[in-house]
Amino acid sequence: MKWFISHNTIRSPFQLTLEKDCGEKVSHCYQCGKCSAGCPIAFRMDFLPNQIIRMTQLGMEQQVLSSRTIWLCASCLTCTVRCPREIDIAEIMDYLRRQAYKKGIIPVEETEIPLFNKIFLRNIELFGRLYEMGLIGMFNLLSGEFFKDVFLAPKMFLKQKISVFPPRIKNIKETRAIFKRSGKLGKAHRDRLLHPRLLFLNLSRKIIGKIAKRDNP
Amino acid sequence: MKYAYFPGCSLHSTAKEYDLSTKEVAKALGIELIEIPDWICCGATPAHITMHLLSLALPVKNLLKAKGMDSYEVVTCCAACFSRLKIANHFMREDIEHRKNVEEIVGEPYKGEVRVRHFLDVLVNVFGLKNIAERINNRLSGLKVACYYGCLLTRPPEITQLDDLEDPHLMDDLMKTLDAEPVKWPYKTECCGASFSLTKTDIVLKLSGDILQMAHDEGAQAIVVACPLCQSNLDLRQGAIEKKYKKNFNMPIFYFTQLVGLALGIEPKKLGLDKHIVNPLPLLKERKVLVNK
Ligand code: SF4
Ligand code: SF4
Repeated sequence: MKWFISHNTIRSPFQLTLEKDCGEKVSHCYQCGKCSAGCPIAFRMDFLPNQIIRMTQLGMEQQVLSSRTIWLCASCLTCTVRCPREIDIAEIMDYLRRQAYKKGIIPVEETEIPLFNKIFLRNIELFGRLYEMGLIGMFNLLSGEFFKDVFLAPKMFLKQKISVFPPRIKNIKETRAIFKRSGKLGKAHRDRLLHPRLLFLNLSRKIIGKIAKRDNP
Repeated sequence: MKYAYFPGCSLHSTAKEYDLSTKEVAKALGIELIEIPDWICCGATPAHITMHLLSLALPVKNLLKAKGMDSYEVVTCCAACFSRLKIANHFMREDIEHRKNVEEIVGEPYKGEVRVRHFLDVLVNVFGLKNIAERINNRLSGLKVACYYGCLLTRPPEITQLDDLEDPHLMDDLMKTLDAEPVKWPYKTECCGASFSLTKTDIVLKLSGDILQMAHDEGAQAIVVACPLCQSNLDLRQGAIEKKYKKNFNMPIFYFTQLVGLALGIEPKKLGLDKHIVNPLPLLKERKVLVNK
């Protein structure tokens, strides 16, 4: 079968909005693969970074936004500084994640990272500074990994590296206002409860995983 | 020398010893660090993944707070905070549309005028290695260290403007000044898994494990870092790494400030050397670099 890439494919609205919104010329990529060669997380990704860029060029919005890759990217910037076409791939990954949040697309296998981000930000919005105890507790509770790292906790307390009480800052209202106004201006979707669908997805996956493990150990 | 000091969340909790040792070293060298009053979190990775404007507004708010102080060059120790503050400054300088939005969010005009420096930069480039060398009274002779810079200290170079991109050397130079021996190794700017510590622990174990292995293979007795996330991934998770890959590293992970402090003759306890999970004291005793007062 002959298959042609038409100009509608290459100038897809998906690619055009991306180029406009984050100012990165994905069309410049000539698929040398250098970004993927240096990517420390490549071994765990479902699509390599250069494949994500290629898929973006071809307007494959649904596949890109539901890939695990965009969540697994650690924002280490190795790809960005090495790209011979000066494409900021890490920024594109950021953009894609924000788009995925906006459209509510979360891959079923990769719920922890988006969930963690939400909990982290809610934590900052509440306290102004990171309340680690709250973050870890909340994450373990909501992700269904209740006993993760419990062995480390006593050591951390003994060495006074982690506090039971949240930090206090004077003008917390100011911080909360920044969150509110950023959300409004960026037209971000802000859930009252921490993203209920995400919570549900994550917990059900964990439970199914546990049952499956019990049945065929 | 007077700076507005932005510690960041980690230095107030999991990286307390970084905060302690930075303050001790600054005091000993006569560098005045005044904490920015009521600073808030810079938003770190979760902010720039989730909302771009928020990831700029949080650092800008802090920089504005620093601007209200009488000396407003900001110093920070955390590589992630450093990166976020620098990137925010960059956008406020170069991108008019973003500037307009962020100014609206924080309610004040700001054009990226507050300069941001990493404490490593202050020690090496402002205070100067020669001046440090003059004040050393406890040489770290024979201590073989691998200087590990991680991702965000040098990348992207046009924004951080700190050091060589693929082969940074500021920390190596500093260690040489203390008479320690920095080993040559290829993993200076590899990624440790960063903020996946809680969410994707297995990735962190692999990446940090590779770093420990390489440092070990190149003959390092310890790793020196400049980032609280690198330190906690390499130190806190070292036990799990050893278990998973059936290795025995027992490799202490120092902040560069702790080693500078030791060389300046500051007591180990004041530098928070008792707060590590992998106990560094046996190594320091063996190398005879421990000061007992
Ligand atoms: S390094 Fe740049 S040009 Fe090469 S494949 Fe990656 S994005 Fe494309
Ligand atoms: S920024 Fe993301 S995609 Fe780029 S090298 Fe790092 S982990 Fe890979």
